[in-house]
Amino acid sequence: MSGPREIRLSTTPTAEAIAELRLGDVVYLDGLIYTAREGVYMRALEDKANIPMDLPGESAANFHCSPAARINEDGSFDMGAVTATASFRFSKWLPEWMEKTGAKLIIGKGGMSSKDYKDYFVPNGAVYLSTVGYGTGALLGRGIERVEAVHWNEELGLAQAMWVIKCNKMGPFIVASDLTGECLFERENEKISKNIEKVYEGTKPAVLKRYGETDDPADEVI
Amino acid sequence: MITIEHLQKTAESLMDKAAIEIPKDYHDALKQASKTEDGELSTFVLKAMLDNYEVAKEDRCAMCGDTGVPRWFVKLGNDASVEGGMVALEAALRRATANATHGVPLRPNRVHPLWRTDHNNNVGIGAPEIEYGYEPDGDWIDLITVHKGGLFGTDYRMLFPSDGIQGIKRFYLDSLMAFGKRGLACQPAIIGIGLGGSKDTCMSLGKRASTLRVVGSKNPDPRIAQMEDEFKELGNSIGMGAMGFVGKHMVIDCNIEVGYCHTGGMPMSVHAFCLSSRRAVARLFPDGRVEYRTDPNWFTPYQRRETVEWSADQISVHDVEEVLT
Repeated sequence: MSGPREIRLSTTPTAEAIAELRLGDVVYLDGLIYTAREGVYMRALEDKANIPMDLPGESAANFHCSPAARINEDGSFDMGAVTATASFRFSKWLPEWMEKTGAKLIIGKGGMSSKDYKDYFVPNGAVYLSTVGYGTGALLGRGIERVEAVHWNEELGLAQAMWVIKCNKMGPFIVASDLTGECLFERENEKISKNIEKVYEGTKPAVLKRYGETDDPADEVI
Repeated sequence: MITIEHLQKTAESLMDKAAIEIPKDYHDALKQASKTEDGELSTFVLKAMLDNYEVAKEDRCAMCGDTGVPRWFVKLGNDASVEGGMVALEAALRRATANATHGVPLRPNRVHPLWRTDHNNNVGIGAPEIEYGYEPDGDWIDLITVHKGGLFGTDYRMLFPSDGIQGIKRFYLDSLMAFGKRGLACQPAIIGIGLGGSKDTCMSLGKRASTLRVVGSKNPDPRIAQMEDEFKELGNSIGMGAMGFVGKHMVIDCNIEVGYCHTGGMPMSVHAFCLSSRRAVARLFPDGRVEYRTDPNWFTPYQRRETVEWSADQISVHDVEEVLT
């Protein structure tokens, strides 16, 4: 088995570099990335606080992540493992965030739906990169050259703060959406769904029903 | 008497070990799985995970950036005593959790559910959880820390006797499908199933089945042990691997624990202990000795007892082990 294609990518990528990416490619990143999740989105978009970075000039790579990190008494940082958090919860804020910050690489866990990709990723020239595993925190930690800054730590706490990280070959990440708006996870789900009927054969739905949106295992719950 | 200093120091060391060192039983099983995986993307993911374990140990860095929700299980031999009593023990475990969060470092995950207040130390109202168990003999204390993920992979459902085994299978598969897609459960996982009890103990049983039993362990009831094997195979027959990619390995092992429930019901819970199955165990003795291990050995005959009284001739697994060693 040859394995997936491996690519080095800047965190301020050109449109051409993004157009080159295909579902399932493995990517390693160079340059600055910043973490932003619900805390940062709410503060920047709902409370209209000024974003403390020049975006996308400094970075077009938004990592859905809270690092395992500490701020030392002398103000320096120690960052160990970095692992992504599930991204589907952030689709409420992402269209406005992309428009405001020019983010081109959204990095996280589990991806978004192909509808999200087609609605606002593709029009913004952006793609989704998924972390691998999702527990490769130590591997990603090796890609940290240094922690440049942490913003809004006082307001949001260590886990929700905006960490700015200089990366050198940080990875691996997997390309989970491309500029056609296709979704890697949905592609895989579709292949797996063909087998569901056989696996479920003979099983019975529960006697006591629940209010809910689906009991079809071919559907997703995100 | 076990001193608080000894206890806190050991607890800090356990937090460190749990976060950094993948337990051997899970590690061996994942290596085995990676040899037989044939999905291209799943294979790549498993290889990256195996690399990650090595890097974590080399760099003494947490294997996963998401600390999950660190918790403690404390088991006391009937003759154990702690300097300052159990209130002092709880304070020592809270201190150890806070110190290790800063020391390793771990991600400060624990926040207030409404106000999102973060003390930056994984300590707060009800956090870390501390649960207790007892054994008839011994003056030792077992400290077990588990850092299990806190968001996806777990579900509960009230089933009834008429649902039967086929209903149990359905809910099991539903849980794997729901949280396996996109790899939200961070599989391949040790799947724990709790059957019976009341709603809260059913959840607790399943969580303990996934986190406090090692890969390869069997329920002592041979019919349940057979279900464990069958369910493992069933889960892996879905064709879903790591990250929800096409693959053969979703369930590293399936552990089932039962408790007596309401005569009309058959409550069930499903839990997934992830690719970073973080657990570490130490036994502390009053003379200051400490023995580290990765098998919590929680489910002893005493924990699973069915009778009103416990008689001394029902030998505990701990005793058997001691005789063997």
